[in-house]
Amino acid sequence: MKKIFAILGILALAAAGFVAFKMFQPLPDDLDLATTRATAAGHFMVSISPEDAAYQRNTIHTWIVEIATPDGALVEDAEILIDGGMPQHGHGLPTNPLMTEFLGEGRYKIEGVRFNMRGWWELKLTITAGEISDSITFNLVMK
Amino acid sequence: MKKALALGVVIGLAVSGAIAGYFYLQNKGLNEAELEIARTLSLASLRPLPADLSNAVADDPAAIALGEALFSEGGLSANGEISCATCHIEDRQFQDDLALSNGIGTTDRRAMPLRGAGYALWLFWDGRKDSLWSQALGPMESSVEHGFTRSQVAAYIAEHYRRPYEALFGALPALENTPAASPLGSAAQQAAWAAMSAEQQDQINRVFANTGKAIAAFERTLLPLENRFDRYVAALLAGQVPSGSAALTQQEIDGFKIFAGKGACVNCHNGPRFTDEFFHNTGIASPQTPVVDFGRLDAVAQVEADEFNCLGRYSDAAPARCGTLRFMSRDEHLFERAYKSPSLRGVADRPPYMHAGQLATLALVVEHYNRAMPSISGHTELEPLGLTTAEKAALLAFLKTL
Ligand code: HEC
Ligand code: HEC
Repeated sequence: MKKIFAILGILALAAAGFVAFKMFQPLPDDLDLATTRATAAGHFMVSISPEDAAYQRNTIHTWIVEIATPDGALVEDAEILIDGGMPQHGHGLPTNPLMTEFLGEGRYKIEGVRFNMRGWWELKLTITAGEISDSITFNLVMK
Repeated sequence: MKKALALGVVIGLAVSGAIAGYFYLQNKGLNEAELEIARTLSLASLRPLPADLSNAVADDPAAIALGEALFSEGGLSANGEISCATCHIEDRQFQDDLALSNGIGTTDRRAMPLRGAGYALWLFWDGRKDSLWSQALGPMESSVEHGFTRSQVAAYIAEHYRRPYEALFGALPALENTPAASPLGSAAQQAAWAAMSAEQQDQINRVFANTGKAIAAFERTLLPLENRFDRYVAALLAGQVPSGSAALTQQEIDGFKIFAGKGACVNCHNGPRFTDEFFHNTGIASPQTPVVDFGRLDAVAQVEADEFNCLGRYSDAAPARCGTLRFMSRDEHLFERAYKSPSLRGVADRPPYMHAGQLATLALVVEHYNRAMPSISGHTELEPLGLTTAEKAALLAFLKTL
């Protein structure tokens, strides 16, 4: 009897798994969607948030980036270069976003971001503060 | 034990069958992910027309009325007969069913349908204009379209549309005895332009720009129309079984699945206007050899240098609001022979296809995507799809629902 339940369980899981596979097929399942992360070499902690949380595909919009050191000190004099694109399609961003303003308290404004397709996007920030340069790639999913 | 195993398999199949059946019934042939894509493509997700801050009269009823009159005004052309409506015919989705259009001469690209153009970030196949009003100035001074000059446009407005113009934009400058003059015209017209004072030039430019703004106000009222696919999706979203004029055949539904899946069409033809507002090289043949039309590659510098762009003195927008232009991509590798993804609404009814009407039928378009030939210049973004004959037929059937 136990075996039957085991088999049933496995089959049900397989069915559910199949449906889930069909639904989420295009996205890798280990995608880190965190919007607060440490840069590659650990020099900075970076948070990103859209200025308007309701931003949509194909509208040009603004992101706010907050930069701190690992021990929590806000970074005031950073330069940020923005890059990105769709790894699964092999193309970049359809615009040329720029860091346009330092807003104070470790916060910076990035204008001119647009995502023109559905799916997985990378937003790559290269941050330079003083002698230190480090980068971080955030993952976003556009509906 | 064997019995138990068999029972397990039967129950297991029943369970998975029930789950699959649940999803089928729930979505009437589309799975959850497909229904979500269908929603984003349907009119249900068309957002309100975005404001055009570069055009202060963009939504002014008086400007719309003036623009509507000017849209079919033959007097704004060299022979008194060519108007916007010559190539953008209302009954024909505001295009002309030709590969190349006929004005004073013959254009080198295909006329584009205008419904929904008010949503576009970039205008023309190569996006060399960043607003509808600035776009409208192009054909008036094109030697193969209206064949007119900006000074003649201003003089014609002063003579025939003074009242509505002045009500909207204030007093017209003195324009009597203005010669045909434009910085873009024939040698004589350019010389006449150069002979004018900077103030005269500015006055004429302003009347010219305002004329474009009125025409643009009218064009903004031309919105996308509901099609069979929209009705199908609306019914599904309302939890109904699509029937009557909302029903799609199984072949059309299969075609949608290819559009959204294996065909990857939805990458570039996305959103309710079926466009990603961007430029792609899709390996379409060039009508001329050697190639003279490099698409977006040349347009980047043109829109940047355009005195009628969003950042220019005739724009009503504060520079901070000109994001489309300020953050424009300059990816030269990508832009050689890249053209704007066109909307696919109403597409079956308006052959020929592509930027110079290179493909005569929709079936040839599907074949083009299936093969994905290399580009004559630049690099195609397409890859061969390997669609079967049945899949191609289904995709074609789906395109006809739009
Ligand atoms: C002789 C034919 C002809 C005339 C006259 C003409 N057009 Fe066009 N129109 C075209 C062609 C051809 C294109 C595409 C040209 C290109 O991409 O280089 C086009 C493109 C457009 C677009 C771009 C649509 C988009 O989605 O990017 C708009 C808007 C437009 N025309 C409006 C007008 C207006 C307004 C007028 C009158 C002031 C006008 N046209 C006069 C042939 C014409
Ligand atoms: C890489 C982006 C991209 C993809 C993917 C794509 N298209 Fe296109 N599509 C375009 C562009 C760009 C044009 C205009 C090309 C030109 O004229 O040079 C176009 C033109 C068309 C046209 C002609 C419309 C007209 O008014 O001339 C049709 C129809 C069409 N595509 C259907 C499809 C279908 C069906 C698929 C999937 C099999 C697809 N597209 C995939 C970008 C794309």
